[in-house]
This record gives sequence, C-alpha cells and structure tokens, in this order.
Amino acid sequence: MIEVRNVWKEYGEQVVLERVNLKIEEGEFCSMVGASGCGKSTFLRLLLGQERATRGQILLDGKPLPGEPDAHRGVVFQRYSVFEHLSVIGNVLLGFELPQAKLFGRLFGARRRAARDDAVAMLERVGLGTVLDKYPQQLSGGMQQRLAIAQALVMRPRVLLLDEPFGALDPGIRKDMHDLLLKLWRESGLTIFMVTHDLKEGFTLGSRVLVFDKVRIDPQAPGAYGARITYNIPLDHGGASAAGLALANGAEPSAAQSAAQSAISRTSRAAVARPVRSEAPT
Amino acid sequence: MLLLLPFIVLVVVYFTSSSLRLAVNPEDKLLPSATQMGNAVKEFAFTEDKRTGEYLLWSDTEASLKRLGLGLVVSAAIALVVGIATGTIPLVGAMFSPFIKVVSMIPPLAVLPILFIVFGLDELSKVVLIVVGITPIIIRDLQQRTREIPSELWVKAQTLGATSWTLILRMIVPQLLPRLLICMRLSLGSAWLFLIAAEAIASTDGLGYRIFLVRRYLAMDVILPYVMWITLLGWLIDEALRRLTRWAFPWYVGGR
Repeated sequence: MIEVRNVWKEYGEQVVLERVNLKIEEGEFCSMVGASGCGKSTFLRLLLGQERATRGQILLDGKPLPGEPDAHRGVVFQRYSVFEHLSVIGNVLLGFELPQAKLFGRLFGARRRAARDDAVAMLERVGLGTVLDKYPQQLSGGMQQRLAIAQALVMRPRVLLLDEPFGALDPGIRKDMHDLLLKLWRESGLTIFMVTHDLKEGFTLGSRVLVFDKVRIDPQAPGAYGARITYNIPLDHGGASAAGLALANGAEPSAAQSAAQSAISRTSRAAVARPVRSEAPT
Repeated sequence: MLLLLPFIVLVVVYFTSSSLRLAVNPEDKLLPSATQMGNAVKEFAFTEDKRTGEYLLWSDTEASLKRLGLGLVVSAAIALVVGIATGTIPLVGAMFSPFIKVVSMIPPLAVLPILFIVFGLDELSKVVLIVVGITPIIIRDLQQRTREIPSELWVKAQTLGATSWTLILRMIVPQLLPRLLICMRLSLGSAWLFLIAAEAIASTDGLGYRIFLVRRYLAMDVILPYVMWITLLGWLIDEALRRLTRWAFPWYVGGR
C-alpha cells in the first residue's frame, strides 16, 4: 500500500536519509525507532507531506503521495496537536466541518447535528464522553492526546502518523494510551506509523519495527552520510507483546531486540541513555 | 486596601498644597480647591451652555468617544486583515513587512498637517490620525503572533481538510482575536494621545478641545476634572475590553 523507493533527504550539505526503501501493507502498525537525529521524524514528515524527498518517490496505492498534508493522512504530534481555542467537541467537529463546508468552514442545522452525533460517538470511544465542552487547557496531557487521536480518526485517514505521541506522558497514563491505541488500531484496520524513543513501546505496540541508523559514519564530516532503515523486523502481535514484556522485565532480549538496541546505543548513547542503562543485558 | 494607598496619598498631598496656597492668596488659580472644581463641574456638566444650549461635558465626551471608538475599530479591522495577510501568506509578508516596519516609524503627529490638508479639518482627519498612529503597531504584533502559531497546528488543520481560506477562518482568526483585543487595550493610551492632540489643534468640541480652550483662562478648576474624567473613561474602556476578552475567549490564558 505504501511504497518508498530509494528516498533521500538532504538539507544542504547534510544528508539525513539515504537510500530508504520500504514496502508496507495496509493495516500494519510500524514503530520507528532509532537514535535522536537519525531521521525517523524526518521520514514521518515525508510521509505526511510536510517535507519533500530530495530524491526518490513515496507511493500511496501506486500513486505519488500528494506534496502537502491532506485528509488522507492523520497526524498526532507530541505537543500542539489540538486547537486550544475550540472545545473538545469543537475540535472533533472541525474534522467534519472543514471538508464539508468549504466557504465558511462551519456546518449548520441538520448536517451539524449529524456531525455532532458522530463526533460524540468518537469521543466516547476514546473516553472523553464526559468532557465535551471543556477546553484543551482544562484537560490533562493524556486526555489532550486522546482528543488529538479522536480528531485524527474521525477523518478516516488511510494512514495515521504518530510523532512520539506519548513522549510527554506519565508511565501509567502511557500504558492506558497504549491499550486505547491498540484497540482503535484493531477496530479500524488503519495503517499506523509511530515514531518513538521508547524501544519497549515500539515493540509492544508495533506489528513491525523499523530501526533507523547510520550505516556509514565519517568522523570528519558527520553530515556526509544519512541514515537508512537498518532493520525491518516483522512481529506477530502476540509475540511482540511477550517480547515487550520480556524487555521490560530485564530478561534476555530476543535477537531482534538486541540488534535494534545495539544499533541505537551505538550512534547515540546519550539520547537513549535511559532504556539502554536500565534494560541492557548484563 | 494597599492599592488605594497611592491614590489617597496623591489626594492628600494635592489638597494640602491647595489649601496652603489658597490661604496665602484666595485668588490663586493654580491649585483649585474641591469647591472650586465642584462648581466648575456643575457649570460644565449640569448647566446648559448659554451659547449652544448643550451640556458641555457630555457633548465633549460624546464627540471624543465617537472619534476614539471609530479610530480604534477601524484600526483593529485594518490590523487584523493586514496582520493575518502578512503573517500567513509568505509572499505578502515578504513584500509588505519592511514597508510596514518603516511606516510604523513615522511620528504620527508629524504627518498631522498633511492629514489636515488632505482630509480637511473635520472628523475624518482626527480619526485618520488615530488610525495612522496605532494601526502599524497592532499590525506588527498580530503578524508576530500569527508566525508564533506552532507549525504543528497548520499541518493538523491541513490533515483535517482545511483549505488556506478555511484555515484562516477557523484557526488563525479565532486564535488572534483575543490578542487583537489586548493590542487594542495596549494602544488605548496612544489613541487618546492622538485624539487630544488632534482636538487641541483643530476642533470645535471634544474633551481635548475644551482643555486647550480653557487653558487660556488658566482654568485649572476645569482642566483637572476633565483630566480625571478622561482618565476614568480610559480605565473604563480598558476594563471593558479586558472583561470582553475573558468572556468571549475563556480558553485564552494570556487574558487572565
């Protein structure tokens, strides 16, 4: 469904991504892991259409991806994902109003009522049915991310892109969000790409883990070579959860995980110091 | 109570000095007593003017507030449109931002004669002076605020199916309106300054006109109540705008 053909991304002299090739089927949940600055967020922005590849092509259903963000691709960022001037219901309603009302961006009468019912149903699915009229400022970080997910899902996007969506949340809340996200993913059959710093999260949630890493490093010119997808690890979901748990418990990680982990710790120890220190095999 | 203290000190110092001066010379005009000011207020606010048949304080207030209100509203409207256009559309911004920056450096009072020549001595030139004086500053602020809207939100709006037009309508305008009200509050002082300057130079009514008229007779007993009245009006407008911001944009944290 999504095909990435020999994509390069360069900023001036600096090569961020090089020779990225990938084929992802519909309904996959791809976790993207890697050290800071290895291009996984850049790759997400390419998928989103926020930036264009310097070379190569990204195809969605065999056609080149539109060069601007559009309604086919939903997104949830770590911060600033919801509109603070709109109430919870207003944020989700916006997803119905913008595509349907091109002139004023607002719906009225029966169409508004229908959209509102759909919006309320979606908010109930993510557990925000009781705070419809609150503003995002009045919600906790976890609830704001739930809202952002609901807002993205009402658009019924082909692809959902998540850029460290749970990075700013407490561990307990993060667990709830994982359950919610998995539930929504199974129900909707969406294709999801998620950038995460947290290896355990990547392995727990994903049906496939993509590891981004620099294969070649020139110490004299750190920008000369970019990162590639060095590991593309399919996981069957039951196994993934078990592996994630094993990693969490500090048990011997599977071969795939240690490969991913060593890739990450090699390029940037500081950035992923936490998982490496606490969970590396002894 | 502490917030009243400076006011009380001011009043006490004034009336002590006033009574000291009046004790030496009962004809002194510089620091009028409360009775003298009361009489002046009675004459200007509650007695028909013999020549025009109007109550001067109220007709002055009406004339001034009309000019001020019109000037503020027109400035806000222009600033909102230009601020959003230059902040949102890179091409427009690149073309006009330096121009606006330069224009905002022109001292408005220096172009007052030009305004009088071009727009005549009527209401229009006074309103235009206020607009010329405060609009560039509001534009620059709104432009800045537009650029400060996180890029994540732009992308998010696009993924929700927004066009450039609906994006402005549903995201940028609503996010900027509370900021616009705050800008209006901040430029209120300048707006009064330009209003009074314009009235002082060429007018037949208005609060500024009256103050500069009675100045000829050293009528401090009129000037001081007028100044207090202007101050009170300014404070009331500021407070009204503040409450409007809080009421209309409960989500806006900066307004609290």
